Amino acid sequence: MKKKKYSFPCDPSCEACRISRMLADTGTLQYARHKASPGGGVIITRPAELARATESDYVVSKKEDWIAQIIAIRDKQDQRAFAEVFSHFAPRVKSFLMKGGADAALAEECTQEVMATLWRKAHMFDPSRASVATWIFTIARNRKIDALRKQRRPEPEDLPWGPEHEPDAVEVIGLNQETAKLAEAIAELPAKQRKLIESAYFGDLSHSEIAKATGLPLGKIKSRIRLALERLRRAMK
Amino acid sequence: MSDTKIEHHLTPELLMAYSAGTLPEAFGLVVATHVSMCDSCRAELDSFDAVGGCMMEEAGFVEMSKDSLAATIAMISASDTSEKRTAFAPAVPGVLPAPLKDYVGGDLEAIKWRSIGMGVKQAILPTGSDATARLLYIPAGAAVPDHGHRGTELTLVLQGAFEDEQDRFARGDVEVANEDLNHTPIADIGEDCICLAATDAPLVFNSLIPRLAQRFLRI
Repeated sequence: MKKKKYSFPCDPSCEACRISRMLADTGTLQYARHKASPGGGVIITRPAELARATESDYVVSKKEDWIAQIIAIRDKQDQRAFAEVFSHFAPRVKSFLMKGGADAALAEECTQEVMATLWRKAHMFDPSRASVATWIFTIARNRKIDALRKQRRPEPEDLPWGPEHEPDAVEVIGLNQETAKLAEAIAELPAKQRKLIESAYFGDLSHSEIAKATGLPLGKIKSRIRLALERLRRAMK
Repeated sequence: MSDTKIEHHLTPELLMAYSAGTLPEAFGLVVATHVSMCDSCRAELDSFDAVGGCMMEEAGFVEMSKDSLAATIAMISASDTSEKRTAFAPAVPGVLPAPLKDYVGGDLEAIKWRSIGMGVKQAILPTGSDATARLLYIPAGAAVPDHGHRGTELTLVLQGAFEDEQDRFARGDVEVANEDLNHTPIADIGEDCICLAATDAPLVFNSLIPRLAQRFLRI
């Protein structure tokens, strides 16, 4: 197999490589993201392995995390970043709303409102507590309750991240990894349980029917989020 | 507000149903209020939201109409838009967490209590009709008559504490009762007890007088 070497940092201005350097300094994780692999190849290895990383080691996950786009929307009202997020998520949100019972026209309208909300609330997004997909899901879910169930949705007290509390890179990466592992775990569930979870989220199962769908492996992602909350609570004091 | 001494938490199915958006509004109010006080359940709820994110990523897509991006950008520009990033606005101190304040229209002093006898008072909150939410005021040492449940009853303590055949419940604790549970909650002696209770079916009182009273008190 042809082994291709990557340089590190790939580019002096590469944000991901800057983060990896920072993580290497703290001795916790190694993380690199290369412009050569659009959409974000992510590597997590022991420090010694980084120097001889090859392509096969390199791409742990090809999945885009969309965080950079949300930050660009937040800080620069970047329409190109918005268009990228839109083209990936809008069709998924529309599908989600139609599975929940909206017709195509209503789903289209609500999806546009969901994406507009994303733009307006970009400052509320905290990547140490939710992935972009998770965050968009919550916006879409709230819109669904308004539009389809026509009920108010009581929301927990907000815990926003302010400008002085930028999330910690280690936490963001950690949450990303746990979210990816959760997606894998869900994909590997027996068909019957997967189906139940689908009907819990897309259909209208009552909470007592849902009891059978729980028992997901949430322990690790929960403790990640818990740590992020603790840090936030300390910062709020 | 976050209380660290909470011992009785929400069940995974309630958190998952809240995350999926299928919980009746009255139960949603109990979940949102408890989560405001309990970071453990907040983290679990965020985890269920992550499940929802994964499901949405994988559950296929339906193409948007051609001009939808332009229409959305027009919508954004028209509404002149992005809210400023705000610094933390620490929750206003008080007994009621933010979601409950929204329904009451203020803190404890804004609650419009109605007596239901024996010193017990209630205030029904305006929610969708598939379940009802009420605030209950139980004087220190008093009891709510012995009752069972046809559906689910969630009781969240906001002030004081109560004890029933199961356990003791203090501020932030939530008791999840269903058909299997008959109980007589009794408020602690030390302080009057205030709870948020939600039910999706009328309670079943085990003696005649509260059964008669039930007809016009909407318990």
